[in-house]
Amino acid sequence: MEHSATSEITFHHEPGGDEFVKKIIKTTVLLSVITLIELGLGLLMYAYPMSDVLKLFIKGVIVILSLAKAFYIVGIFMHLGDEIKNLIMTIIVPLMLFIWFIAAFLLDGNSWKNLRNSRGKSVTPVEQHSPAAEGKH
Amino acid sequence: MQTKWWSGGKSPFNVEYGKLMMWYFLMSDAFTFGAFLISYGTIRFSQNYWPDPNVVFNSFPFAGHANLPLAFVSLMTFILIVSSVTMVLAVHAGHKNDKQGVIKWMIWTIIGGFAFLGCQAWEWTHLITGDHAVLIKGQIEHIGTTVTMNPWGPAADVASHDGHHVGTTGPVAFGGYFFGITGFHGFHVFSGVIINIVMLVMAINGTFERKGHYMMIEKAGLYWHFVDLVWVFVFLCFYLI
Repeated sequence: MEHSATSEITFHHEPGGDEFVKKIIKTTVLLSVITLIELGLGLLMYAYPMSDVLKLFIKGVIVILSLAKAFYIVGIFMHLGDEIKNLIMTIIVPLMLFIWFIAAFLLDGNSWKNLRNSRGKSVTPVEQHSPAAEGKH
Repeated sequence: MQTKWWSGGKSPFNVEYGKLMMWYFLMSDAFTFGAFLISYGTIRFSQNYWPDPNVVFNSFPFAGHANLPLAFVSLMTFILIVSSVTMVLAVHAGHKNDKQGVIKWMIWTIIGGFAFLGCQAWEWTHLITGDHAVLIKGQIEHIGTTVTMNPWGPAADVASHDGHHVGTTGPVAFGGYFFGITGFHGFHVFSGVIINIVMLVMAINGTFERKGHYMMIEKAGLYWHFVDLVWVFVFLCFYLI
């Protein structure tokens, strides 16, 4: 076990040796498998025609798989899972803001599109000149 | 719990100050990247048309014009994940005060970092120097993908030109977001590689051996894993969904 960086740190929580390496290998395999599944789903959407609803569902699944990857990278590779509960919370709780952040802004973007479309003007994609046109016509 | 941890003489949360601060820095960086990616999502979902990533990113080095969507970016993801694993092993070697182990795994991590940067450089070069026929103001021009213009708009209503389809210019925001976000991430990878090289040199010189601990390697490791994690989401937003 390592010497304390300072005398203020009282214990270290990492299991020694082979048990740890095994855990890392397991996690690596898991991350690789999840990545392969994501790629498979992505290629599925590319290769086969499917309804918008199904595509959206598959995209949702891919996002959840990526969140699972994040959970494993942060929890195991970065050892956050081995830290004191309150430390984990000081990091995870603020990051929950992302849930609102993502939902709010994607809904915003979608609403923007709907508003522009419903104005009755033709919105067929046209050649765009730089810089991009502002949101209001 | 209160009296046990907060009564003084002990480091809060039982971690070294530098490690705790690295975590909070990474949180701030997560919000920065998150803001960029979410704004990308907002703009993208506000448009009726957006380039299909399977069409834009379908090339592979040395494969000529083969249509290989997602292939190259998968390789990049795999490279970064593996370099993250070698970093974990370097930190682990540090915990055991295994100097040679630290050196070995840090070298592999640095190689992985350079490999990723090389791949990203190839991807950028390929996009910027790409030659695509597009219809601009009634003329057929040949352009690549840049921050100001890109050839990924819907097909033009004209006959094919020299056997190639003629397109139109795509949404201007595409270039800025792609190069901006992958560039910002690439900058983090590059700085991470530099930090890792410094860590390697310090390890070789015996700096950590003398100190009696490899804490700095652990902090560098946190940064490196963060870089990998951001890539997971960049990959997700630009290439998969």
